[in-house]
Amino acid sequence: MPGGTISSVNDFVIRFANVNGSGSASANEMFARAVMRMGVPVSPRNIFPSNIQGLPTWYEVRVTEAGHLGARGGVDFMVAMNPQTFDKDIAGIEPGGYLLYDSTKPLPQSKFRDDINVIGVPLTAICNKEYTDPRQRQLFKNIIYLGVLSALLDMDAKVIETLIGEQYKGKDKLIGPNVHALHLGRDWALENLKCPIGLRVRASDKVGDRIFIEGNSAAALGAVYGGATVCAWYPITPSSSLADAFTRYCAKLRVDKDTGEAKYAIIQAEDELASIGMVIGASWNGARAFTATSGPGISLMQEFCGLAYFAEVPAVIFDVQRGGPSTGMPTRTQQSDLLICAYASHGDTKHILLFPEDPHEAFEFGALSFDLADRLQTPIFVMLDLDIGMNHRLCAPLTWDDTRQYDRGKVMTYEELEAGTDFGRYLDVHGDGIPYRTYPGTHPTRGSFFTRGSTRDRYARYTEEGGPYVDNVMRLLRKFESAKDIVPRPLIANAEQQTKYGVIYYGSTSPAMDEAIELIEAKGHRLDRMRIRSFPFHSSVNSFVADHDFVYVVEQNRDGQLRSLIVNECGIDPVRLVPILHFDGTPITARFIAKAIGDHLDQLKVKRKQAAS
Amino acid sequence: MTYIAKPKFHHPALPKNDLGYTHRDYEGTISTLCAGCGHDSITASIIEACFELSIEPHRVAKISGIGCSSKTPTYFLGNSHGFNSVHGRMPSVLTGANLANRDLIYLGVSGDGDSASIGFGQFAHVMRRGVNMTYIVENNGVYGLTKGQFSATADRGSKSKRGVINTDNSIDLAAMALQLGATFVARSFSGDKKQLVPIIKAAIEHQGAAFLDVISPCVAFNNHAGSTKSFDYVREHNEAVNRLDVISARAPIAVDYPEGTVQIVEQHDGSKLALRKLGADYEIHDRYAAMNFLQKHASEGQIVTGVLYIADEPQDLHTSLKTVQMPLNALGEKELCPGSAALDRINAGLR
Repeated sequence: MPGGTISSVNDFVIRFANVNGSGSASANEMFARAVMRMGVPVSPRNIFPSNIQGLPTWYEVRVTEAGHLGARGGVDFMVAMNPQTFDKDIAGIEPGGYLLYDSTKPLPQSKFRDDINVIGVPLTAICNKEYTDPRQRQLFKNIIYLGVLSALLDMDAKVIETLIGEQYKGKDKLIGPNVHALHLGRDWALENLKCPIGLRVRASDKVGDRIFIEGNSAAALGAVYGGATVCAWYPITPSSSLADAFTRYCAKLRVDKDTGEAKYAIIQAEDELASIGMVIGASWNGARAFTATSGPGISLMQEFCGLAYFAEVPAVIFDVQRGGPSTGMPTRTQQSDLLICAYASHGDTKHILLFPEDPHEAFEFGALSFDLADRLQTPIFVMLDLDIGMNHRLCAPLTWDDTRQYDRGKVMTYEELEAGTDFGRYLDVHGDGIPYRTYPGTHPTRGSFFTRGSTRDRYARYTEEGGPYVDNVMRLLRKFESAKDIVPRPLIANAEQQTKYGVIYYGSTSPAMDEAIELIEAKGHRLDRMRIRSFPFHSSVNSFVADHDFVYVVEQNRDGQLRSLIVNECGIDPVRLVPILHFDGTPITARFIAKAIGDHLDQLKVKRKQAAS
Repeated sequence: MTYIAKPKFHHPALPKNDLGYTHRDYEGTISTLCAGCGHDSITASIIEACFELSIEPHRVAKISGIGCSSKTPTYFLGNSHGFNSVHGRMPSVLTGANLANRDLIYLGVSGDGDSASIGFGQFAHVMRRGVNMTYIVENNGVYGLTKGQFSATADRGSKSKRGVINTDNSIDLAAMALQLGATFVARSFSGDKKQLVPIIKAAIEHQGAAFLDVISPCVAFNNHAGSTKSFDYVREHNEAVNRLDVISARAPIAVDYPEGTVQIVEQHDGSKLALRKLGADYEIHDRYAAMNFLQKHASEGQIVTGVLYIADEPQDLHTSLKTVQMPLNALGEKELCPGSAALDRINAGLR
């Protein structure tokens, strides 16, 4: 074969091209889990257009002994099960890569490429021979190609059998037929194909104690542990699975075993406006409440976000970002809601944003967000995206300190009111801009106040005078300053050798950046790194930029939204921040980052050489 | 300054209720609405109802949207927490508040613009969910704060102060509430305190979604010839289906009404409504008959007032959700956090 065939152990990308609704998802996910159970890190991704049934869907698994969890780009092995996308799928295979297709109906040679390895398996014929029921024929076809793969890639069939047993636990009748289908494929491959091929999965020990979980599930679990009792949400991709997971975990963990009563309330609201309204009402009344949404939902919530900011009502909003603007690409990933969240609503508003990098942080920040919302009495936006939210990721196990107590913030109690403590809802008692509040119903004669979005004085009395208005909004700024010390700080990693260049990134870009640094260093360049974890920005952002000639800001949107925020909030000369932007809806890759930054650094070197000569 | 506190002074011999509170304890700040505004009469009726029911003022949460009506919670129950939210969104804020603490009494105050136009969706959904509350619409058919535009409850053919004829059909919120599953539906008139006070009391006692549409003429923009929400028009076209009083389980109040057919209706919390029927065949528990009755009289140009419907077995949102009896906002780490051992088990299942 021209260019040879790809040979690699525990380091390749396999992609499954399927028809949506064909029941392939569980088989494909089982493949990823099997690799992980063999101790080899995996990074799977769903790639699905916005459709219901019958249209294309892909599932990609990066098998990565080195533990690179970002998307790599390129496909080494294509399981092409969708005739509609067949030509495009073949075109995407790396030279020397592999194609597995259903050869029941022979295809002309012109359908294939000369520089790839074509593996035909008569999947339909095997199924039709074994099964009469049409649905069984479809479903078991997926398990059969899983069996074929296990032989081709030299995987341990026992691992997959165990997974099948776990998946159908409680529906034991399904275990035997699935194991049978697995071996139908495996045996056929061993008899008819040259197994294994150049790509192989070999048992390893690189997974360690890591867990395999989607960001949305982890964030939902964070909400459970963080003490959220009210969830009001409206279905929207890619955030719906967060509310679903919260529902699932609550049913398991928060129902009183004796009485069957629920220690939570979940409402599927009529729209996003109602969902944030319910969150605000519940939080005003002292419960911990959240909603989960995506960009279009954030757009609809603007007015309420402004009210919560100005009236100082806690709220937690999980924003699982997708491709915008407008409907944009509902099932593709982006980081393009930063500005709309940071400044949500009309007038002068600023909101707290948290940027988890993976499910582990989604859990941590999910729980933390409720403490922050109560402490700061303001909305907290947890900025996930589809890439973290809807894909399984390997991450460190979730941890919880049992001595941890919820920070309910400054809440004046009955006893304090009874003792005659001066209560002014908007008094800045400690100089940190954070006032005391009371829960409704606390005291018969003291501590009540009127919450409103219009101006009021320090004792919550309605006024339209300029002085109290300025006093109030300036206190809100002081509160925002106070937040800098309690939100998660940026993490800095310095290059081994001193360098004049830095890179700033955040959220789901993290694993691709980790890998990109290795690629960039391989080209002889050095970069110091800062991972931003929250907004407002800590003072170290200013000093990090000041310490470098240039700082690259890597993000997944068109307009460099984090860069704009840094310029706006830190007063930094925009020329010193070089945008590296990826926004086609696919997750950013190490290859992309390394090339964009590497090219820029190469050009700098050339320019300097020219200047020197 | 647009906030005017009422003077503290009051007569020492003011009557007191069972809790020792006087009317003054149920008042708020001085109203800044137009003199003669129907909304102020509703405010007075709410104060009277809460006084007579011996409600602890601070155990009420009063929540409103935006508009003249939504300003009124400032004028009653000064020791309650109030929330003047955003236009048309009171129902969602009230729903959230109710979920957080089921032990408080929730008064939702809204207007016809707030509920029938911008907030029509939220109005509908709070009714269908059965949130335990008293939802009062102070209905004047116009936008007062923005100088008299028609609202969605303005009757087709009615005339604005500027002489414009409304060509759109009107929305009947009481009819909608019946359709949407409210378990207590009533209509009254701000100028009929004798009817309004007991209806508010009954609505507060009702354990479920209680809706009350109160025709409340706008003296500035909708109290002229040609308006179907003026004092004169409503008085002339009022068809009351019943007169009533509330017999509270905890504090019985003697029924003092002229002789007639009296029907005692037991509410979910044990309190009793004493209804004096005017319409011989009016059935208080028949949702569909109530809908027909409303439509029939509306087509004859009559405004039906009184308690239109009470469900036999009202349910509220907490019942549907099977939430714990303890308010959710009172649960702490011990009740809410599953702890590290549970998390270790979850981790183990994710490998």
